[in-house]
Amino acid sequence: MTIVRLEINGIPIEAEENTTILDAAKKVNVTIPTLCYHPDLKTWAACGICVVKIDGHDTMERACATTVSDGMKVSTHDSEIVAVRKTILELILSTHPNDCLQCPRNGNCELQTLAAEFGIREIPYEQRPTDMPPDDSTPSIILNPSKCILCGRCVRVCQDMQGVWALEFLGRGEDLRIAPTADVPLNDSPCIKCGQCSAHCPVGAIYEKDESAKVWEALENLDLYPVVQIAPAVRVAIGEAFGYEPGTLLTGKIYTALRRLGFKAIFDTNFGADLTIVEEASEFVHRFTHHNAPLPLITSCCPSWTDYMEKFAPDFIPNFSTVKSPHELIGALSKTYFARHLAIDPSKIFMVSIMPCTSKKYEITRSEEMFSSGYQDIDVSLTTRELSRMIKAAGIDFPALPDGEADSILGTYSGAGTIFGATGGVMEAALRTAYAFVTKKELTKVTFTETRGLEGVKEAAIDFAGTPMRIAIAHWMCNIETVLDKVREHRDKEKEPYYHFIEVMACRGGCVGGGGQPYGATDAIRKQRAAGLYTDDERCAQRCAHNNPAVQKLYEDFLGKPLGDTAKRYLHTNYKPRLTLR
Amino acid sequence: MESGPMQEVSQAVLEKIAEHRDKPGALLLILHMVQREYRYIPRAVAIEVAKQLGVPIAQVYGVITFSPLFKLKEPGRHHIGICQGTACYLSNSDDIIAALEELLGIGVNGVTDDGEFSIEVIACLGCCSLAPALSINGKVYGKVTRTQLTDILATCRGGDE
Amino acid sequence: MNKSGRERLQSIRDRVKKEQSAKVTTVTVGMGSCSIAAGSEVVMKTFIEEIEHNGIEDVIVRKVGCRGMCSSEPTVEVCMQGIPTILYGQVTEGGAKKIVHKHILQRRLVNNMIFDDPGQATSKKVCNSYGTETAVIIFDNEYGSQDYSCDDIFKDFSATVIECKLDKDVQIVKAAEKKHYTAGCLVRILPDNAFLCSSKGDVDDIIDNAIVRKEEIATLAPLDEGCTQKKIVLRNAGRIDPESIEDAIVHAAYVGLEKALFESSPEEIIEEMKVSGLRGRGGGGYHTWKKWSDARQQDSDTKYIICNCDEGDPGSFKDRSIVESDPHTIIEAMVIAGYAIGAQHGIIYIRGEYALAVHRLQQAIREAEELGLLGEDILGSGFTFRCNICLGTGAFVCGEETGLIACVEGRRGMPRPRPPYPSTAGLYDAPTIINNVETLANIPAIVGKGGEWFSSIGTKSSTGTKVLSLSGKLCREGLVEVPMGTPLRNVIAIFGGGIRNGKRCKAVQTGGPSGGVITEENLDVPIDFDDMAAKGSMLGSGGIIAIDDDDCIIDTAKFYLKFAANESCGKCPSCRIGSKTLLHIFEKIAAGESTPQEKAQIFDLCKAMKKGSLCGLGTSTPNPIISLLSQFESEFLAHIDDKRCPAHRCRALITYSILANKCIGCTMCARSCPVDAISGEIQKVHVIDQEKCIRCGECFKACKFGAIERQ
Repeated sequence: MTIVRLEINGIPIEAEENTTILDAAKKVNVTIPTLCYHPDLKTWAACGICVVKIDGHDTMERACATTVSDGMKVSTHDSEIVAVRKTILELILSTHPNDCLQCPRNGNCELQTLAAEFGIREIPYEQRPTDMPPDDSTPSIILNPSKCILCGRCVRVCQDMQGVWALEFLGRGEDLRIAPTADVPLNDSPCIKCGQCSAHCPVGAIYEKDESAKVWEALENLDLYPVVQIAPAVRVAIGEAFGYEPGTLLTGKIYTALRRLGFKAIFDTNFGADLTIVEEASEFVHRFTHHNAPLPLITSCCPSWTDYMEKFAPDFIPNFSTVKSPHELIGALSKTYFARHLAIDPSKIFMVSIMPCTSKKYEITRSEEMFSSGYQDIDVSLTTRELSRMIKAAGIDFPALPDGEADSILGTYSGAGTIFGATGGVMEAALRTAYAFVTKKELTKVTFTETRGLEGVKEAAIDFAGTPMRIAIAHWMCNIETVLDKVREHRDKEKEPYYHFIEVMACRGGCVGGGGQPYGATDAIRKQRAAGLYTDDERCAQRCAHNNPAVQKLYEDFLGKPLGDTAKRYLHTNYKPRLTLR
Repeated sequence: MESGPMQEVSQAVLEKIAEHRDKPGALLLILHMVQREYRYIPRAVAIEVAKQLGVPIAQVYGVITFSPLFKLKEPGRHHIGICQGTACYLSNSDDIIAALEELLGIGVNGVTDDGEFSIEVIACLGCCSLAPALSINGKVYGKVTRTQLTDILATCRGGDE
Repeated sequence: MNKSGRERLQSIRDRVKKEQSAKVTTVTVGMGSCSIAAGSEVVMKTFIEEIEHNGIEDVIVRKVGCRGMCSSEPTVEVCMQGIPTILYGQVTEGGAKKIVHKHILQRRLVNNMIFDDPGQATSKKVCNSYGTETAVIIFDNEYGSQDYSCDDIFKDFSATVIECKLDKDVQIVKAAEKKHYTAGCLVRILPDNAFLCSSKGDVDDIIDNAIVRKEEIATLAPLDEGCTQKKIVLRNAGRIDPESIEDAIVHAAYVGLEKALFESSPEEIIEEMKVSGLRGRGGGGYHTWKKWSDARQQDSDTKYIICNCDEGDPGSFKDRSIVESDPHTIIEAMVIAGYAIGAQHGIIYIRGEYALAVHRLQQAIREAEELGLLGEDILGSGFTFRCNICLGTGAFVCGEETGLIACVEGRRGMPRPRPPYPSTAGLYDAPTIINNVETLANIPAIVGKGGEWFSSIGTKSSTGTKVLSLSGKLCREGLVEVPMGTPLRNVIAIFGGGIRNGKRCKAVQTGGPSGGVITEENLDVPIDFDDMAAKGSMLGSGGIIAIDDDDCIIDTAKFYLKFAANESCGKCPSCRIGSKTLLHIFEKIAAGESTPQEKAQIFDLCKAMKKGSLCGLGTSTPNPIISLLSQFESEFLAHIDDKRCPAHRCRALITYSILANKCIGCTMCARSCPVDAISGEIQKVHVIDQEKCIRCGECFKACKFGAIERQ
C-alpha cells in the first residue's frame, strides 16, 4: 500500500493511497459533515454536503468519493464551502415537512442535527413538501416517503447489503421517490422485515412500527399479568441511548427498569436460546448420525432469514431447523409451564419480548405454531429503540438503577445463550452442545475463534473427535446466496454435503447489528456490542446450554426429552414456500 | 408479490428475450420492444421480463420509471406528443399545450375518460422548421395553431387513424 | 464465394462504379426524419409512379440521408447528363410531377422551386466551365433594394442570353429561396460561381466577361469569402443511400478500416489520432487519443467501445442526422477504435426516439456482418469485433458517461462519481471508451487521409471541422459543417441566412443547456472549443440557437431551467430541488412577483448547483442562466425592479389595449381572439376585456392598422 502525503486545512497528513478525503480528515480531527454517506455502504455521493475544495480543481469535490493523492491540498471549511453546504441543506429542508416535534426521529435525526449545526434559522426558498401516504402494510416497519430526503441509504442497504431488492428508486427528478418493488405495498414486496433500512435511515422516513402504546395499556390493565423477556443483543446496545459506550453490558439495569415499568415477571431470552440449542443440537446429532437425513442443518432463529428462505430459497426448507426462535419458546412456555407453575390463567398473561429486531414483530403472528400455548405466545414484540423510549418516558433514571435479577423459572442462562446475539454465536453455542451430544464428552475449551468476527461468510471444519464437521456462518443477507449455491451444487450432483451446519443471520454482525437497535451502528460499534456479549459469556457459571440447570429442570418437569412430543408441540414449527416474485 | 392474472407474453417478445438476454443493453432493448408491441408496458409483461432476464422486478420498475419513454399506463387511442424543443418553445408551443389541455379536459400525461386521447410533452421531434410541431401516433403535424387543433382532433375522432 | 473479404469489397466498388457511370438520370430524394415529416415519402412515391406512368427509361430514383437543409425539405436533387445538377426544395406531390414533366422530360429547369445549398458559394471570379451544363439561378432578395428587382434581373438575363445566342445552352431560372444580401440579388452561375447583381450593367458584365470571355470581373463583389462548408463528418450525408452498404462502399466506406487493419498497428492508429488533434465532439472536448491510449494500456480481456448517440441537447440534431445519413461510418469507426484499444465489443447507445436512425443502423450492422466487415475475423485480418445497439431511455442525463453505462447495464441511469473513469473501469467494470457519434465519424477519414491532413484544417487547438445544428430565429435551420475557426457571425449570416423578418440578432445560444449566450458584439468569435469558452459560453455539441429582440432572457432562462428540472435524475438535492426552485423564482420574475431578495438567491442557488452537484448536468445548469443574466443585466433588472419585459414576452408584464383613434372597427382583432375577450360593433371602436385577455398577442398580429397597443 502506497502512503501519500497531503495537507488538509494546512495540516500535513500521511494516508494510504485509497483513503477517502473524508476518512483522512478524521485522522487529523477534521469532521466533514455528511448525509447520504454511511460507512456500511458503497459510496453513492448524492447529497453534496461533504464537498471540499482541492487546490487545482475547478469544482468542489465530494470528500466521501474522492481519494487522497500525493501533494493534494484540501480545504474543508472555508466560507464558500460552508455556504454551498448550507444552501443544499436549505433546499433539502424546503421539500421536507417541518414537523420535527411529531417525528419519530425527533432528537436523533441526522438532518435535524445538521440544520442545528449550520444554524439554519429560516428557509428562504419556497416550501414544497411532498405529500405521500405512509406505507404501514408490514407489521414491522413504516415507510413514510414524505419525510424521505432521497439519500438512497435504504435502497443501498436493501439491494447491496441485504440483496433483497424490496426497495428501489422510482421516477426521476422531482418525482424521484423510494418505493417498494413496482409500487406494491411493502408487505407484498420481497421485504424480509429486517429493518436495516430503518436503522440506516438518517431521518424519519423509515422507522419501526411503534407498539409501546399496547404495552403501556397492558401494564395498566389490572386484569392482566404482564411479563417480559429481553434478547441477548439488547443488553449490550441499549446503553447507547443513555450515553454508555457501545457494548456496555447492562443486563441487571434492564431487569430493574422493566420491573419499575410494571412487569410482573422478567425472563431472559437467553434461557430460550439455551433451550433452542438443546433442541437444535439434538436435531443436528440426529441428522449427522442418520444417513439420508437432510444436511446441512440450517439455523432458523432469525425470522428475516426464514422469511427470505420461504420466499426465495424454498428448496432449503427440509434443511431448516424446525426449532422456533428463542423468544417464541419463552412465549410458549410463559403461557404453559410458567402459568402452571404460578397457577395463573394463561389468558391473562401478556407476554412482551424486547428484541433488537423489527422482524420479530412479524414473526409473532407468522403461523399457527406461534399460538402453540392456545394463545398468541408473544403478545407484543418491541425493539430496543422502543424500550429505551419507554424507560425515558417513565422517568426512570436508567444509569442510576441498581442491578436486578431475572425471575425463575425462565430466567437463568448459560454463556451459550448470550452469544446468540452475535454472528457465529448460535453456531458456537450449538457446537458446544453438539460436541457433547456426538462425542459424549464435554469440551475442554468451549470457545471457537473460527465462528467469531465480522467477515461476511466464515467457513471452518471443526474436529468432532476425528470427524471434520464443516460449518459456514453467513450474516448480512447478500452473503447467503454464495453459501447456498455451494450447497446446491453438491446437492445437484448428489455429492457429500458441502457443509454440515450453517448459521444465517440477516443483519450485519448478527442481532447486535439488528434493525431495531439504537441508531448509528457501524462495524466498530457492532464489534463492541459483540465483545460485550462474549464478556457476558465468560462471566457465566455455565458455558454450555445443556448444562443450564434451569433447562434441565424444564425437561424434567415439563418437556420430557428433546424432540419429544411435548417439545415438538411447543418448541417447533414448520416452513412452507411463499413464492414471492422478486 | 401478487402477479395477478398472467397476461400472455407474446412469442415474439420471448424470442427477442432469448436472442438478446446476454448482450449489453438487453433490458432496455426488450422494454422498448414490449412497448412497441403493447403501446405501453403491462405489469405482467414487466414481471415476466424481469423473470426471464433474472433481474429483480424492483430494478425493472426502477428503469421503466426512470425513462420518460416508457409508459406503465395504456395511452389514449390517439397519443399526442407535443414537441418542446427550443424551436417549438420559441414558437409558443406552451400555448398549444394549454389549448390541448383545455380542449381535451386532461393535463399533460393524462388520458381522456373515453380512452381516445392522451397528451405528452416530448423532447425535440426533430422538425424544428415545422415549429410548433406535434405528433399523433407518430404522424407529425407542423406549424400548428390553436385554431387548427379542433380540426385535427375532429379528424382523429372521425377517421380510423 | 472463394473471394476474400477484401476482394469482395473491391469488386463491389468496381461493379457499382461502372453501373453508376452509365448515362442515367438520377433523382435523389432526401430521406431524413425531418424530410419524412415534411412529406418526402409521398414525393418519392410520386416520382416513381410518374416516371413509370410516362414510360421514362434510365431514371434511377434513390433516397439519400439528410442534406442538412431542414427548412427546405423535402429536397430533391436531379442529375441529368447535359444539364447542371439542380437541388429542388420544399417539393410537394405537384412539384414532383412538375419536375418530371419539365425537368426530366423537357430538360427545362423549373422556376421558383430551386433551393440553395449553403456553403457551396465560391469566390472564384471566373466561370471555368460553361456550356450545356450552365444555368443561371437568380435568388430574390428579401430585404435589399427593390430598384433592380429579381424579376428585372431575370428579364435582362433572359433577353441577353438570347441576344448572345446562348439560350440553347444556358438556362435562366428563378429560385424559390430568398436571400438577404444588401448589395443586390444573388446570382448563381452553375456549376460553381456566384455573384451579387444590382444593375443591368452587372448582368452584362457577368455574361460577357465571366461567362463568355472567362475574364475576371472585378466590379462584382465576390461572396461568402472564407465561409464554405468543409464536409468530413458529413462527407457522405445526402450523397449515399443510407440503407445500401454497396452505395456506402462505393463512396469510400471501409477504406479507412482496411488501412487500419492491414497497414497499421493499434499504436500507430492512436499516434495518428494524436497527430490529428481530434477532440471529443459531444461537448467535453477531451482529446480522443488520450482516452484511447488509457484504455489501450489497461490489461483486460474484455473491453468495450460505446458510441454515444444519446443526443439530448435541445437544439442539437447532428448525431441523428449523421446516423440517418451514413450509418456505416459509425460502424467503421467503431471497428477501428476496437482494433486500436483492443476491444471486441461495441455498443451503439442511441436514443429510443430515433426510430429511423435505429432502423438504418440495424440494417447497416446486418449488411456489414454479411460482408464480413463485422463479426469474426474481419476481412480475414484475424480481428474480431461485434456490435449491437442499445436503445436509450430518453433521459438527457444518460449522455453523462457513467449514467449511460448504468443504462446499458440495465440499471437506472444515475451518474456515479468519477474516478474510476470508464477508460479504466466502465461497462461491467471493463475498460470502456465512450465516443460521440460525430467524433467517431471523423475517424475513418483521419485513418484514411492521415492525422496531418486533419490537423491542417481548423485552428491550432481545435482541429478539423464542426457540425453545427442551426435553429432558433434563423431564416434557414439545418446542419452545416464548417472548419473550426469559422467566425460565428458568418455561420449566422451565411448558413443561417440571418435572422427572420430582418430582425436584429440579439444573441446566440451555444453549447445547449450547459452553454451560454454570445451577444451580438461578440459574434466574431471563432467556432472553437477555447475561444467560445473565453466568451463565457461553450461550443458543446454544436447547437446554435439564434434569438432576436422578441425573445426575452427571463423566458429563455425559464426554458433552460424547465429543461434542467425535467431532466434531473434527482440524485443530488442541489440539482433536483435547486433547478426547480430556480425555475420557480424565474416564474415569479416573469409574473412580476419577484422580490429583491430573490436576486441574491439566484446566485446562491447557482453556486450550490455548480459546486454541489455530481455530474455535468447539475454542475452546468447554471451556465446559461448566469451567462444570460450577466450579458443582459438591464433586461433582468427591468423585470425585477420595474416589472417590465422589454421583449414583450412575459405575459403578466404586458397589456394589450385598443387605441380608439386608430381602430376602424374592422373586427379582425375580435375574430382572431381565441378567448372572446374583444367586443365591439362593426365600424366602431373595439375594447379588450382585460379580465378575459390571456395576452396571446393574436389581435396584435391581426390588426392591420396598428390600433393594438402593447405595453
